Amino acid sequence: MTVYLKLFLTFLKIGAVSFGGGYGMISLIRETVIQNGWLTDGELLNFIAVSESTPGPIAINMATFIGSSQGGIFGSFCATLGVVLPSFVIILIIVALVSNLLKIAGVKAFLGGIRPCVMSLIIGTAITMGLSTLLGLKTVSNEIDVNIKSIIILGIIIVIHFVVKYLLKKKIKPIIMIIISAFLGVAVYSI
Amino acid sequence: MKKQKTKLLLQLFITFLKIGAFTFGGGYAMIALLQNEFVEQKKWLKNDEFLDVVAIAESTPGPIAINSSTYIGYKMAGFWGSFFSTLAMCIPSFTIIFIISLFFDKFLELTFVKYAFKGIQVCVVYLIFTAGLKMLKDIKKTKFNCIIFFVVLAVFVGFSLFAVSFSTIYYILICGTIGLFAYGISLVKKEEKNDRIS
Repeated sequence: MTVYLKLFLTFLKIGAVSFGGGYGMISLIRETVIQNGWLTDGELLNFIAVSESTPGPIAINMATFIGSSQGGIFGSFCATLGVVLPSFVIILIIVALVSNLLKIAGVKAFLGGIRPCVMSLIIGTAITMGLSTLLGLKTVSNEIDVNIKSIIILGIIIVIHFVVKYLLKKKIKPIIMIIISAFLGVAVYSI
Repeated sequence: MKKQKTKLLLQLFITFLKIGAFTFGGGYAMIALLQNEFVEQKKWLKNDEFLDVVAIAESTPGPIAINSSTYIGYKMAGFWGSFFSTLAMCIPSFTIIFIISLFFDKFLELTFVKYAFKGIQVCVVYLIFTAGLKMLKDIKKTKFNCIIFFVVLAVFVGFSLFAVSFSTIYYILICGTIGLFAYGISLVKKEEKNDRIS
């Protein structure tokens, strides 16, 4: 299978089964890029950061980025087309043919089961990615390699987030957090 | 008539191009912008129609931004409306990210950039975590939701630590099926209750 077809099919699958928008996609994207040996956890986190800091839907940004890293411009075209196509078709079916699809009790019940599951997948992905970046813990069989510098950065980010949220009562945008953490990274790792 | 249609398609295309180019932070940030553009400024959609769009975009799979652009495009101008709206939504992302991807590896070779991204990686993990928590705060705390949430979370983290390969897709399908079963059981119970009353 050529890399283009693989990118297209992979992202078609991701687009078809991931609920809950861009973040809901991350667990499935992580699973596929690691299985295919396309990216490491660190590289994926870099890609997510760039997708989060540039305009446009995160899912499209991620698909374009991963596609480009594996197969240049045609690769990013295939990945983006793949991730968009299921949405496009499903919405057209709903709006043109079965406008009450989501009001059917069975469909509602099915989606009702998926909703809490998507949240576990998002939080679970954050936990496992956190364990791997902070403690070097990917599976129980590998040695723990505590990354003190990253833990310090996480501590500072949490403090800043809480101060802004609870003391200043303001919202802090993800992009601002990313910029702050970039400075923290340079400061902590240069020492 | 034909001229009017072309004009509408062009308008849709330009509007979505603008939204795609200037919205940071993905689907949920986009919803506010779409509402401003289509309900308040252009008055193309009524507010309750727009709420329908959001409900559908959120509960169907795929990126929320794409779901809503396809939906709004179709409502406004049929198939070609949804085609051009969705295309316009993708073009800015695609162009910007593709250009970045060409230079990204070179950029990461700079020492201070590499350090900056070490910090950013930690932040992204935290952002994903807080995004999950925020969604969790908005969901109804029924017994059903709590059980699904904690069981899936425990199994997901456990499987990943013990290197058991189990695709995310299965979690989604299994939980959807459990949702169906729970609904079925509640129907049967209701019927039993009704039988007892009558």
